[in-house]
Amino acid sequence: MRPPTSSSGLKVDQQTIDKLLLLSQLSLLPEDREKLLGDLSSIVELIDFMQTIDTEGVEPLSHPLEVTQRLRADEPETSLDQEQYQAIAPQIRDGLYLVPRVLE
Amino acid sequence: MIPYANVAQLRSGLDNGEFSAEELAYFYLSRIDAATDLNCFITVDQEGVIAAAKNADKAIAKKSVGPLTGIPIAHKDLFCTEGLLTSCASHMLNNFVAPYDATVVDRLRKAGAITLGKTNMDEFAMGSSNETSFYGAVKNPWDRTCVPGGSSGGSAAAIAAGLAAACTGSDTGGSIRQPASFCGVTGLKPTYGRVSRYGMIAFASSLDQGGPLARTASDAGTLLNAIEGYDPNDSTSAIADATDFRSASQPLKIGIPAQYWNDLSASLTKVLDEARLTLESLGHRFVPVDLPHTNASTAAYYVIAGAEASTNLSRYDGVRYGHRAASAESLENLYQVSRSEGFGSEVKRRILTGTYALSVGYYEAYYLKAQQIRRLIRQDFLDAFLQADVILTPVAPSTAFKRDELMEDPIMMYQQDIYTTPASLAGLPALSLPCGFSDRMPVGMQLIGPHFGEASLLKLGRQYQDETDWHALHPVYDDD
Amino acid sequence: MTEWEPVIGLEVHVQLATRSKIFSRAATTFGKYPNSNANAVDIALPGVLPVLNEEAVRMAIKFGLAIDAEIAPSCRFDRKNYFYPDLPKGYQISQLDQPIVGRGTLPIFLVDGSIREIGITRAHLEEDAGKSIHTEYEGLTGIDLNRAGTPLLEIVSEPELHSANEAAACFRELHSLVTALEICDGNLNEGSMRCDANISIRPRGSKILGQRTEIKNVNSFRFVEKALRYEIERQISVLESGGDVVLETRLYDSERDETRSMRSKESSDDYRYFPDPDLLPVDISDDLIESVRVTVPELPAEKRNRYIVELGLTNYEANRLIEDPKVSRYFDEAAQRSVDAKLAANWILGEISAALKRDEIDFAEVPISPGELGKLIQRIEDETISGKIAKSIFESLWKKEGSVDGIIESRGLQQLSNATELEKVVSQIIDDFPDQVRQFRDGKEKILGFFVGHVMKATAGRANPKQVNEILQRELRV
Repeated sequence: MRPPTSSSGLKVDQQTIDKLLLLSQLSLLPEDREKLLGDLSSIVELIDFMQTIDTEGVEPLSHPLEVTQRLRADEPETSLDQEQYQAIAPQIRDGLYLVPRVLE
Repeated sequence: MIPYANVAQLRSGLDNGEFSAEELAYFYLSRIDAATDLNCFITVDQEGVIAAAKNADKAIAKKSVGPLTGIPIAHKDLFCTEGLLTSCASHMLNNFVAPYDATVVDRLRKAGAITLGKTNMDEFAMGSSNETSFYGAVKNPWDRTCVPGGSSGGSAAAIAAGLAAACTGSDTGGSIRQPASFCGVTGLKPTYGRVSRYGMIAFASSLDQGGPLARTASDAGTLLNAIEGYDPNDSTSAIADATDFRSASQPLKIGIPAQYWNDLSASLTKVLDEARLTLESLGHRFVPVDLPHTNASTAAYYVIAGAEASTNLSRYDGVRYGHRAASAESLENLYQVSRSEGFGSEVKRRILTGTYALSVGYYEAYYLKAQQIRRLIRQDFLDAFLQADVILTPVAPSTAFKRDELMEDPIMMYQQDIYTTPASLAGLPALSLPCGFSDRMPVGMQLIGPHFGEASLLKLGRQYQDETDWHALHPVYDDD
Repeated sequence: MTEWEPVIGLEVHVQLATRSKIFSRAATTFGKYPNSNANAVDIALPGVLPVLNEEAVRMAIKFGLAIDAEIAPSCRFDRKNYFYPDLPKGYQISQLDQPIVGRGTLPIFLVDGSIREIGITRAHLEEDAGKSIHTEYEGLTGIDLNRAGTPLLEIVSEPELHSANEAAACFRELHSLVTALEICDGNLNEGSMRCDANISIRPRGSKILGQRTEIKNVNSFRFVEKALRYEIERQISVLESGGDVVLETRLYDSERDETRSMRSKESSDDYRYFPDPDLLPVDISDDLIESVRVTVPELPAEKRNRYIVELGLTNYEANRLIEDPKVSRYFDEAAQRSVDAKLAANWILGEISAALKRDEIDFAEVPISPGELGKLIQRIEDETISGKIAKSIFESLWKKEGSVDGIIESRGLQQLSNATELEKVVSQIIDDFPDQVRQFRDGKEKILGFFVGHVMKATAGRANPKQVNEILQRELRV
């Protein structure tokens, strides 16, 4: 069963893909880009269906339960598992995580 | 008999000295070993489970036991388990040995359960068929050419095949309920906030819930009791009373929403109609309820889940843990290559759609709109629960489909979740119970309850399972 | 010739002095070793979650109350998404649409003594990032996440500052305020407060804003002023030579005294802000606000006003005293002993300041209690001792050699004020130096000092200088 789909003029093109890849720090092989273009377009159509729903005056719902944030007491913890964290680091020296030189 | 025993039966066997926890553990280990073709497990912790079993035996000898002492379970591989690989079925984390235990893992351990290992799943919980795992697809024990469902496919299949007494899973848009249905086992998605998400690798933060998969509703309740409850490490964790599922079910008004039943196939309708008759014979009655925004659920779900997931997965960059590109000339290169090598194509697709939904110009039209629809869907349920105590629906539009059947069609794949996403968006508890077969494959029914109404669901489930045998059936193997 | 008007707005990031981080329980005091104070949440391990620190909320409210701002009854956290190695989650938890503090005002005091009320647009909570350390390892940068997760209060001013001087004054005022409120240690060297400025220029009288540039990360009052001064000139020269000011981020180079364009980051501006689903809306109840209100101390502006109007101090003295809450507290105590406040101010800004510098210690380590200082000044006032003697007593007090009265007593330092005795000494000196007496009577008034000096010597410095002067004047003119 497919929900009715409708398009509302917003299409996905190569430029959009470029921007999305940059924002999410991903790269794709050319054949995968083509495939993605098709996938994203179908998904966008699915999403466009939402536009047909009347949501006038409806507050967005971020959390299923209407509760508020509990505050934590300002007590620092005393022990940390530094060695365990450092042991799983891909490249670490003198306690510093290493990445290729970042230029400011 | 033992491999398909439920937790309650195993408890009795352990306490009566019929077998030891160590024997039980070895038993499951050898079954797992003989069923590697199902590919249910990513990691099996032989040493760890035997050591834990020995400790459990000491406790049993001292008669100092809880409901789960010595019971062998498995965790979906998105729960952090200290000292064990926690891969999320992804190349990105295929070297990640977790330095801490998830709250769910910690609580089950403290309740005495012993961990056989980590179950296979769709990569980063994104999928409905367990075909996107870096470690290969999981096979449905009822028909090995079929998928077990997803994303908790490994957990559901493990129980169906008698490889564990119970498992943990996670449900974001149906990932416990649908595989439970496809594999003929019982699965519960708790109310949002009921179970702590701390240590459960995040997919979509406002939708994810950890929950139990088991052979019976009673077992699901036992596991739920062990893991539920407020956790100060999780801001979205709720303060609520423990679920009391052991008393008898009252006669209930069961809501039937036309939107879920109108397009159901004839064969599934037949199976579910019989389930309705059974429920009726148990003293419950049916009332029609209206959930008018149901068909907008899939779209809203995919936007919200995708948006949240796209940013939840930004931390995977090869810098502090996980997969890192072998050589990178620059920082951008490091990120792009590590992430592109680390993530599978479904995950990338979801990250990109999610990024799209949040990007400048689209936020109002997509993300905000989806959240508005979310409120409407929740309101539909709140209104319906004024007429009904629980709501009965199918779990999935079909039984388990063949492997590769839907992989090329993401929209069809997303439609698998059509009956499960609404309860996720609304944060409601939902139980998937085996209720029959169609074309020799298991069919499940879904019971949705009001917020924190797990007790009603489980009590009804127990009552139904006292009356029927579907949950006790299992695929038969030559070596059983 | 166009007259140009600079339009400047500040964005100041204040590190809040909580004991644990804003979303994790790791301590905020940094370990010496990199990443020694970064826990699972700070490192952004898979599966971790943020939990909000109550004290950060209280400190933000405190600031809001101090600037008379609206405190939001409910506020929310949003994710600001971008990739950078010092940002482990790939997003920063901040506040966009619903900040905790809304509009307020901050009075700033300018060099000429005038006061301007500067609008504060908002202040919000967010988490700090880690640090990038350009290492000795070739081609590599090291990331230290000790700082990641430290709570920040980002304070945004309206673009109502119109000179480099005003901007520096605004930064200075914020510094005074947050240190007086004890929500920040005010240590600029360690980056406890960081100032960004948005600056554009326009023809005087125009209502339209020019194109702005952003000057990032200036960390001293002096540099804020110098950086902006340079940038104003730069923008003027760009516009006057027919060019356009480009929207960009610039850094201030203090060695060359110039601003430089930052190497443009390819990263897009699209931060894809959306409400953080791991955190719930924060309820700020009236009870919470009131419980914070009672902890708000006398504010620097109020203090300054009191010092100038009630105690008669100058602008300069008042400003110096309120710069550091430790100093103003000390002053308040010392001045309480019904002593001329101006004297207390002089001693603190003069002798104490000099001694601190000489011994290279911090004000917190001043070895003389404010009470003792007050007593010392009292003894000058009641003429028990002379100002000069007081100075030597001060040195002894500094070395902790006793109490004021104790030292006066044991060393017999009481001022000699007995007229008869003094007259005797003066007579003696006059007799001893007839030449100088003649010089004085011939008109060399300055030689009075000679006589004073000898009287002092004869009395071991204890003679009351005022009286000596009077007596000498009387006797010499006879």
